[in-house]
Amino acid sequence: MSFLRRRRAAESAKAGSGSGDDGGGGEGGDKKEREVKSRRKQGPGGGERPRRWSCVDSCCWFVGCVCSIWWLLLFLLNAMPASFPQYVTEAITGPLPDPPGVKLRKEGLAARHPVVFVPGIVTGGLELWEGHQCAEGLFRKRLWGGTFGELYKRPLCWVEHMSLDNETGLDPPGIRVRPVSGLVAADYFAPGYFVWAVLIANLARIGYEEKNMYMAAYDWRLSFQNTEVRDQTLSRIKSNIELMVATSGNKVVVIPHSMGVLYFLHFMKWVEAPAPMGGGGGSDWCAKHIKAVMNIGGPFFGVPKAVSGLFSVEARDIAVARALAPGVLDKDVFKFQTLQHMMRMTRTWDSTMSMIPKGGDTIWGGVDWSPERFFNCSTKRSKNIYMTTSERSAVRDLENRAGVNYGRLISFGKDVANIHSSKIERTDFRGAVKGRNLSNTSNCDVWTEYHDMGVGGVKAVADYKVYTAGSILDLLDFVAPKLMKRGSAHFSYGIADNLDDPKYQHYRHWSNPLETKLPNAPDMEIYSLYGVGIPTERAYVYKLTPTSECYIPFQIDTSAHGESEDSCLKDGVFSADGDETVPVLSAGYMCAKGWRGKTRFNPSGINTYIREYDHAPPANLLEGRGTQSGAHVDIMGNFALIEDIIRVAAGATGEDLGGDRVYSDIFKWSEKIQLQL
Amino acid sequence: MGSVLRLRKLCYVEPVKFQSFESIKNAEKQQQQQQRQEERTVSEAENAVQKNGRDDDEDTKKKKEGKKKMKEWRCIDSCCWVIGCLCTVWWLLVFLYYSLPAALPGFQPPESPGARLGREGVRALHPVVLVPGISTGGLELWEGKPCTEGLFRKRLWGGSFTEILKRPLCWLEHLSLDNETGLDPPGIRVRAVPGLVAADYFAPGYFVWAVLIQNLAKIGYEEKNMHMAAYDWRLSFQNTETRDQALSRLKSTIELMYLTNGRKKVVVVPHSMGVLYFLHFLKWVELPPPMGGGGGPGWCATHIKAIMNIGPPFLGVPKAVSNILSSEAKDVAVIRSMDPGVLDSEILGLQTLEHAMRVARTWDSIISLVPKGGETIWGDLDWSPEEGHGCSLAKRRTLQSSGNNKNSNHTDGKRTFSAMKDLAKYGRIISFGKEASYIPSSQLPSVDLKELLLGKPSTISNSTCQEVWTEYNELSRESIRDVADNKVYTSQTLLDLLRFVAPKMMQRAEAHFSHGIADDLNDPKYNHYKYWSNPLEMRLPGAPDMEIYCLYGVGIPTERSYVYKMSPTGKCKSIPFRIDSTAEGYEDSCLKGGVYFVDGDESVPVLSSGFMCARGWRGKTRFNPSGATTYVREYQHRPPASLLEGRGSASGAHVDIMGNVAFIEDVLRVAAGATGEEIGGDRIYSDIMRMSERINIQL
Repeated sequence: MSFLRRRRAAESAKAGSGSGDDGGGGEGGDKKEREVKSRRKQGPGGGERPRRWSCVDSCCWFVGCVCSIWWLLLFLLNAMPASFPQYVTEAITGPLPDPPGVKLRKEGLAARHPVVFVPGIVTGGLELWEGHQCAEGLFRKRLWGGTFGELYKRPLCWVEHMSLDNETGLDPPGIRVRPVSGLVAADYFAPGYFVWAVLIANLARIGYEEKNMYMAAYDWRLSFQNTEVRDQTLSRIKSNIELMVATSGNKVVVIPHSMGVLYFLHFMKWVEAPAPMGGGGGSDWCAKHIKAVMNIGGPFFGVPKAVSGLFSVEARDIAVARALAPGVLDKDVFKFQTLQHMMRMTRTWDSTMSMIPKGGDTIWGGVDWSPERFFNCSTKRSKNIYMTTSERSAVRDLENRAGVNYGRLISFGKDVANIHSSKIERTDFRGAVKGRNLSNTSNCDVWTEYHDMGVGGVKAVADYKVYTAGSILDLLDFVAPKLMKRGSAHFSYGIADNLDDPKYQHYRHWSNPLETKLPNAPDMEIYSLYGVGIPTERAYVYKLTPTSECYIPFQIDTSAHGESEDSCLKDGVFSADGDETVPVLSAGYMCAKGWRGKTRFNPSGINTYIREYDHAPPANLLEGRGTQSGAHVDIMGNFALIEDIIRVAAGATGEDLGGDRVYSDIFKWSEKIQLQL
Repeated sequence: MGSVLRLRKLCYVEPVKFQSFESIKNAEKQQQQQQRQEERTVSEAENAVQKNGRDDDEDTKKKKEGKKKMKEWRCIDSCCWVIGCLCTVWWLLVFLYYSLPAALPGFQPPESPGARLGREGVRALHPVVLVPGISTGGLELWEGKPCTEGLFRKRLWGGSFTEILKRPLCWLEHLSLDNETGLDPPGIRVRAVPGLVAADYFAPGYFVWAVLIQNLAKIGYEEKNMHMAAYDWRLSFQNTETRDQALSRLKSTIELMYLTNGRKKVVVVPHSMGVLYFLHFLKWVELPPPMGGGGGPGWCATHIKAIMNIGPPFLGVPKAVSNILSSEAKDVAVIRSMDPGVLDSEILGLQTLEHAMRVARTWDSIISLVPKGGETIWGDLDWSPEEGHGCSLAKRRTLQSSGNNKNSNHTDGKRTFSAMKDLAKYGRIISFGKEASYIPSSQLPSVDLKELLLGKPSTISNSTCQEVWTEYNELSRESIRDVADNKVYTSQTLLDLLRFVAPKMMQRAEAHFSHGIADDLNDPKYNHYKYWSNPLEMRLPGAPDMEIYCLYGVGIPTERSYVYKMSPTGKCKSIPFRIDSTAEGYEDSCLKGGVYFVDGDESVPVLSSGFMCARGWRGKTRFNPSGATTYVREYQHRPPASLLEGRGSASGAHVDIMGNVAFIEDVLRVAAGATGEEIGGDRIYSDIMRMSERINIQL
């Protein structure tokens, strides 16, 4: 059938083209066609003359074969019983342990406290509600999350819609991108890449369902207060928690992850603050509605990654955006300027600023001092098996007297990162004049604020050599004035001297644990759940980019390695213990010390617990992302963590779980931090 | 690109071969031979090379041999070839399709009402609550039997329905509810999908709310001021609160939206059964806590601006009856579309209908759609409010504007009445045999139905051959025959019939729904929730500023009453009745395929959707003591002009009306703050006003 039609098409095409060799013209063509038809009718098998294989035929044949086989396989795959992969896995690795939900159900646990999930940055889906011409047909389709199909089809359009307004930090005119709501917002980030899905599935096993599980999805690009201003997200969360408490009769267990931890801190202050700025819930709202806050991988003090992210868009994976812009594109090979686009886009997202290291030198260490100073990167693997904490630290101190200057979050040049501070020559950059006379910036398609800085400014930045957590703010002010101006209205990074100062009533302090008091809710419990045992970015060695006009002038000096194999410096990054994204210090300090007992940050004496999960990489590929992972996102599939959460949701207290469970040196490090409590 | 090249090559190579049949055959042949020789030498050379490479590989050897023999076309080769061609062309087309610009320059799609109103300056003002109807909302699995492995949080209802095909029995088991309680069976939790995705599309490409949502978004709506009140539509209304707290959830959301949107009241847009659900909500929310929501008597007045009922089956639909009786409704449940007529008979031994019936009978909500108001509303043996409706007139009437010639129409109807004997007696909702549907009532056998139905002890016939259990198996043959002998059922006796054939279901459901007319609304018994979804047994809340709209399509023949027959007495036939699809009237008659039709939107007759707004609640009546204003807005059905239009932008069909441009515009304008007067008050094409007048009900 079809090839007959094809022949005819070929014929007419040829006749139309009127090339010389077709003498017969149209009529001849017809005749030929008839002849061809009659020939075909004699049947492909029993023709007088065996047909020849032309190249095209072979191609078609080949394609046909491949397609048929593909379909066959597809059919088999669909016909396969759903439990088949599991069966294979079990045959290879032996019987799998019951998922925690099943196990605990057998123990008789049942859903009790409603559960609220607060997703972190980048894991929540965003969908389009109103867009420009180029986004035609994408109404209510996911721009962020899912398959990211649109990113490939129309990248510039995508970047334009994902960006926020550079002045206000809200929607640009004519564009409305909104968070996806409901559990689907962050159960899977991309197909097959779970975020909350495993936890949800396990909670469902003991009886949870949509009515007592709530995903507090919010637009993670906005600053926290702006989510209320634009979408009334905080009011929505408040109303939903109230509803769940009313219908179930039990207080809720809140489970924030990553940046959601800060978001929920903000929420707890917001909900009790009086109406114009806050939610007007009254001073006992949290006490009445919240049983426990189980922070997963909480970056209470921010993450050093955020700095490198803002500074040169080079964080390893704080934004998965990074995965979409592999190193090749750093260079101008394809003229895509991907990184520049990324930078311009991410710099409109206020929320990234909530993750800038907080607490300054007191927390993160000064030029010559840091709490983690004597952390030894090499012993990590064996430490849990052979040594107790005290032995380990003793050994380590002997081994590595010099230590690492983690306090220097950014150093220009490897040697600068190591030598003693007295030997560093620094030139203050703050007064440096930003050259406006940068050579033809008009060449650059993409505008980033670096173009305003000029050569002089760039040089001044590099000459300062070393930046600690305190001076990094000045640095960011210098290189990204617009961003920081917007950000400083919403976030604050200091330590409060006097928490009763009325200025701390302002919402910009609400997400900083060092500038807020916990609510007055003595029965509430706060958990810090996080993974340890993975090298985590803690400080960076930078270099200047070879001067060209259009590019980001700084980049991580990936050639900087430590002398020995055991060194913490690899590819220009100093690593410390953590969950791959958040250093232990940031995730654990508040629960280990800052809020432990009655402190000025925790006046009502809320109980805090630290639960660490030592990272064990998946044993084989079949395990997927592992059931004992400690990585920042993969920890959501960690069976031990899930079990803890389910127990608490079913009514257990922190003591019932076994109190603290610590693998890292967090208590020792916390002791080193000089902070008035 | 590759495929393009390949195609071009094909075009280029082929003609060379055809020329061999031309007059210059010889030369060509020579050429060809030459070519062949060349090819042979080439292939030989190749062979040599390949031989050096790997001698032992038998497969390649075979191939080589084949090549030497000028490879013959075997059947399988041609198959592969054809498939290859098709695939290539397909890919090419797909590629072209994707590389096309989103909007063809020549083809300008008509501007959507949202965009047009947006330009006129209509902006989002009142928050909008959408309440979906029966069977349009998605259901997903939260806990199931082992056979549902891997379906956690996947849609069982809605979406692509692939699971029906893969594991039909498992699927049916999970969609059923418990036969005793009407709640979850043990070990199974199927829950409504929340959010706008619950009912924007029923199946891929089959929109329900999507068009309306899109147009609302054009004037500035988004998720913060638009809420889909998804609920489990299989449950009775009060049970959605008992099990899922769906009503509390709705109340809390409305309160939240009211507060966060600058204290703007909400506009509620319920569709189909959602209309009854929302009626139930109106009563529930104001009543005190143990049974109600405790919102206090002013709640509706404070929070609700307007209720825009779409295709409201206020007084039920006759379809529900046939669905319960023989699961033969045309489309009240889309289940019907999945078991086409072939499966009525037991050809495949699947007993699909029986399965469907068993599942559907566990769903209490269907009972909410059984005709309400009895003979007063739906007519008795000899009388019905629609009598005189000429089915052949339906077309003509669309041309004339209806308002003016109502009278002529009326007389016309009267004339027909006197002239034609077989005027449809719609009051007889179910008749056994065509004759029984039109003979005068005096000729009908006078059997005391109640005695007949209640007196018989139901002996269980030996039904061991039944895989599927339906309640019919508990009925004896005689009692089934007695049911059929009674010939005619009106909406009053219908309930007795249902109680007889489906005792369990009716027992369960009648604790949740009532179908009568209240004599005295002050009777405290009407505070019970079973009356809340019956507009004839409840009062509207005290909210004089609230507006109630009845928006529905007209101009489509709609099922109104049925002619039944006994099924051939097969041994294992478990549904003893079926619609007598051979019963046809004369050409202009309303009887077609065993079904009498009236005007409506294909599912709901005009009477049911319009009466309350046209008369029952109009002005201050006992059902509407505070005098909330009502409006009737009808949309004349016009089928889509071309295939390109899809389901049409002027459709009046029950679900397709959600894509009707005029309808969308009305909703948008009201949501943006307009009142009923501003959008033009009533807009009527059907005889609803006349019909309503005929109904003799105390108001």
